[in-house]
Amino acid sequence: MERPIEKWQDTITEVIIGATPEHGGTRSRIVKVGGETGIYFIKGEDACPNKPRIAMEVWDIEPDSWPDTLKANFGKVLKDPAEWARVCVEKFSADLICLRLAGTHPDSKDFSPEDAGKVLEKVLKAVGVPLIVIGSSSPEKDNEVMVHCCEVAKGENCLFGIATRENYKTLTAACISGGHCIIAEAPIDINIAKQLNILICDMQFPQNKIVIHHATGALGYGLEYTYSIMERTRLAGLSGDKMLSMPMISFVGNEVWRTKEAKTGDEFSNEWGPAKDRGALFEFATAVSYLNAGSDILVMNHPKAVEEIKHVIDELCVV
Amino acid sequence: MFFIGERINGMFKDVAEAIKKKDSAFIRQLVERQIRHGAEALDVNVGPSTENPEEAMAWLVKTISEVSDVPLAIDTTKKEVMEIGLSLSRSRPIINSVNANDDRLGFLFSLAKKYDASMIALTMDKSGIPKDTEGRLELAMKIIAFAVEEGFDINRLYIDPVILPVNVAQSQIKEVLRTIKESKMLSDPPPKTILGLSNVSQGSDIKTRALINRTFLAMAIGAGLDAAILDVTDNELMNTAITAELLMERQLYCDSYLSAYKKR
Repeated sequence: MERPIEKWQDTITEVIIGATPEHGGTRSRIVKVGGETGIYFIKGEDACPNKPRIAMEVWDIEPDSWPDTLKANFGKVLKDPAEWARVCVEKFSADLICLRLAGTHPDSKDFSPEDAGKVLEKVLKAVGVPLIVIGSSSPEKDNEVMVHCCEVAKGENCLFGIATRENYKTLTAACISGGHCIIAEAPIDINIAKQLNILICDMQFPQNKIVIHHATGALGYGLEYTYSIMERTRLAGLSGDKMLSMPMISFVGNEVWRTKEAKTGDEFSNEWGPAKDRGALFEFATAVSYLNAGSDILVMNHPKAVEEIKHVIDELCVV
Repeated sequence: MFFIGERINGMFKDVAEAIKKKDSAFIRQLVERQIRHGAEALDVNVGPSTENPEEAMAWLVKTISEVSDVPLAIDTTKKEVMEIGLSLSRSRPIINSVNANDDRLGFLFSLAKKYDASMIALTMDKSGIPKDTEGRLELAMKIIAFAVEEGFDINRLYIDPVILPVNVAQSQIKEVLRTIKESKMLSDPPPKTILGLSNVSQGSDIKTRALINRTFLAMAIGAGLDAAILDVTDNELMNTAITAELLMERQLYCDSYLSAYKKR
């Protein structure tokens, strides 16, 4: 019997991140995401011209919240964002670097926008891959920091974040002026996600420079909720809803390394297995789920999880 | 919804006048205005009073094509006029229309094949428009069967259950709504449904025409209507249609759903 093949009305928008010298940047390569004409990984219908990409997180400060089992993979470079980024690209084959400017938060080191700009410059010099740059989740401070960073990285076509419905105007304007892409985030609410994309587009921001992030909320809303929202978004996009047809990003590492299963040491190793494998496995399993939900960019932390997920992508993307 | 602009029709005095005087600037602005207001296709009808309908159709289609490649619904009962309109169209045209025992059925389906056209089929025959849903469905089925035999793609067949003015055939409105709903059960894939909307308020008081049109359109969309030939420049009407689609879950809700629809 012939298997029916689903035909979709529309395609997911292709977003280009990074700019080589001929396009006004200094990146040695660019990353294209999106462009799907169907759902991922269905043999015969599989339509992913651009494979899902892996970004690895680099912070402007040594991440205190990371457990030792995670930190141990990086050693001293955690104190030097540029070196850290280089290791992620050269040793762990990251497709992109996600610079998290956690140290700019007023409750952390309260780094100035200029300090943040200098870190960004160093990371840009250290690696040739495109950059994702996100703030410290302090809306007021992020607005100052991001405006400056968008200017510092002008022409590099970075992916800046994170715009929310409550705070999108400053970042959108800064991204327009610096020629960057933007991450639009909604709190596990597809209607708000759509609304935010409209609001951003209403500021004359190009639709093909937006990447959607469906936040996985605090305790109580698990991955399965985000999964179904992501799935609905992708189906809506493929069915012709232009305001939901953007690629999606998932901050896998950031979600996983907050869970007690990943963070707890060997005191539970009898039941949960050794701590050194547990977190990486947790991150890997979560990443697989996000991939199946339609994620185009996975932002990850543990090198072993990155290595494994890349194998999975290669295997699943064989048409 | 698939919106077809109704305005380029010789029944309107200004269009009849423009055809007579070959006023291409007037036609062009009608094209542009309708597209700006959301028309995805334009109905083209030379009207009853034109002396040389073939020439008039050729002129209209050429004039429209100068400014747009929007699909055209060639609206005529004359074979020759139909073929001229189709042959000059720049993008996949629509045949408007055939009916159930039309002796031109075979000819028009062959034209549809030749010009890669969609088809609007009225549920009427020699004895007129049936008075009930069952009669309309019977005629729709006849056309669908014919289309299937001809190898025509049913996704491109639009069944028009023919709406009559509320002031002369009030009881027919319910029948039309039922026909829209039930014609979806006639085949798999089902045919699309369409209405020439403004006819519902033909002859009604001018003060209530627009209200009747948009109320009926919302009800028809509720019954599953896919397309309409209508006055796209009536903003209230278009917003009603978009809202009805939203309520039918054909578009995902967001606060700016009206502008989101228009961004498609």
